[in-house]
Amino acid sequence: MARVMINLPPRAKRGEVVAVKTLISHPMESGFRVGTNGALIPRDIITLFTCTYNGEEVFRAELSPAIAANPFIAFFTTATESGTMVFRWTGDNGFSTTETAAITVE
Amino acid sequence: MVDSLLSTATRRCLLIRTAGFAAGVAVSSAPLRAARATPQAMQEAIRRIVGEAGLQHGKVTLDVPPLVENGNTVPLTVSVESPMSEADHVKAIHIVNEKNPQPFVISTAIGPRAGRASLSTRIKLADSQEVVAVAEMSDGSFWSGSADVVVTIAACVEDLR
Amino acid sequence: MTGFPRARRGLAAALLCLTPMAAFAADIPEAQRRSGYEFMAPETRAIEDDDAANPGMLTVLDGDALWNRGEGPAGKSCASCHGDGPTSMTGVAARYPAVDAALGAPVDLEERINLCRTEHQETTPLPFESKDLVALTAFLAHRSKGRPIDIAEDPQTRRFASAGKAIFERRQGQLNLSCAQCHDDNWGERLGGAMIPQAHPTGYPLYRLEWQSIGSLRRRLRNCLAGMRAEPYPDDAPEIVDLELYLAWRARGLLIDTPAVRP
Repeated sequence: MARVMINLPPRAKRGEVVAVKTLISHPMESGFRVGTNGALIPRDIITLFTCTYNGEEVFRAELSPAIAANPFIAFFTTATESGTMVFRWTGDNGFSTTETAAITVE
Repeated sequence: MVDSLLSTATRRCLLIRTAGFAAGVAVSSAPLRAARATPQAMQEAIRRIVGEAGLQHGKVTLDVPPLVENGNTVPLTVSVESPMSEADHVKAIHIVNEKNPQPFVISTAIGPRAGRASLSTRIKLADSQEVVAVAEMSDGSFWSGSADVVVTIAACVEDLR
Repeated sequence: MTGFPRARRGLAAALLCLTPMAAFAADIPEAQRRSGYEFMAPETRAIEDDDAANPGMLTVLDGDALWNRGEGPAGKSCASCHGDGPTSMTGVAARYPAVDAALGAPVDLEERINLCRTEHQETTPLPFESKDLVALTAFLAHRSKGRPIDIAEDPQTRRFASAGKAIFERRQGQLNLSCAQCHDDNWGERLGGAMIPQAHPTGYPLYRLEWQSIGSLRRRLRNCLAGMRAEPYPDDAPEIVDLELYLAWRARGLLIDTPAVRP
């Protein structure tokens, strides 16, 4: 189970633009590195990150091998109503992790 | 039922999973020497993002250190000037590079709900090079900003085990 | 990054270009001692400073979970003896490496954890650099974040620290280079593109951008010795702990900033 950290304000005013910071542990092996035996180390990356807010997708990112290990992705979203944000990372070798965070909007 | 952000028009522009990128990866799996991206590859990648529309310079700020201590982890922020209203907003932000083994870095899709068109992440840069960010607007226009980054490497590197 | 062979040739060439060194290295005056944090670019410092962006914090979270996990036949967790409140274990990491009375020799935090596992939890020790051991060490050291390194000042500790100092000042390896020649005499200068820090272990385990992962001081010392073209010590060699003890004593008073981020 990959370790994830989600950082966003637990409470916000309606209409307020909030910063969302996400961090996940993952080697993001690019597939371009050569190991000590001379062979290419196979690619192993997260390819897709999505965030939904009460079921509506508010952010989507397609990642490449050029994203650094332990991907940090920060973006903004408007606090529209109270509810749940669902964060999902998928990638090579069947990698899949989902985390949720609640937000209370006044 | 999740509403996807992507209209079919924008879906064409998220190129990382299209044949173009897949072909790039296939070439890169061959001996490393063949895989070097070139400034032409970056221009080709930008052409695939932008299609027939013209690319204008402006509105996009790429915030990246000019001199980087380690190319493995380069912090980067892209900001696009936009009211982010229903009528006038950023639909997608793409980042491409000049000298990594392949030109794509990240493609993101956003919408008016973002409130602010800004993205921060950390990227890998294999060498000193230019990094370009392209923003696709709701009116179909494309805007870009770029930065030149000098990449240094550590003096005492580790044996890969 | 695949620049590894290039970097080592570059390092050798850069070192040969350094001006002749003094016959012996001088300690850094206390007023001039600075953490490696201060030698970094602002962008790298920003990664360390933001708990939401610092990849080392993922490992601290892992360590927190392990701290509370039952181990061994009695299912004892670390927390069952040491507690898990906000102030439990603060200041402990600041005193390590420390002489273990029963062993009559210093142990570092990793070895202390393993002694607890074998003696009190009655379970197997964790291998050096294993994910779990790094996580537990990071968790413990993070509990001392912001506290000054505080190595004991008794004669027995001083004896082992002196042994570590001798290693630090001894020329080694194919380049006939000592740690002191870079880190006492030439800190603040550049080696290749990188600025030479003073080599204070304030932030271990730390997230090294070069590794793209978090690692221990033991791992970093292995890198240093390999970079100097010297033979790294085996992981369980007493020389390593002597050297770690000397480095911590040399850094006394500097504040712990685990999990640090370094290039």
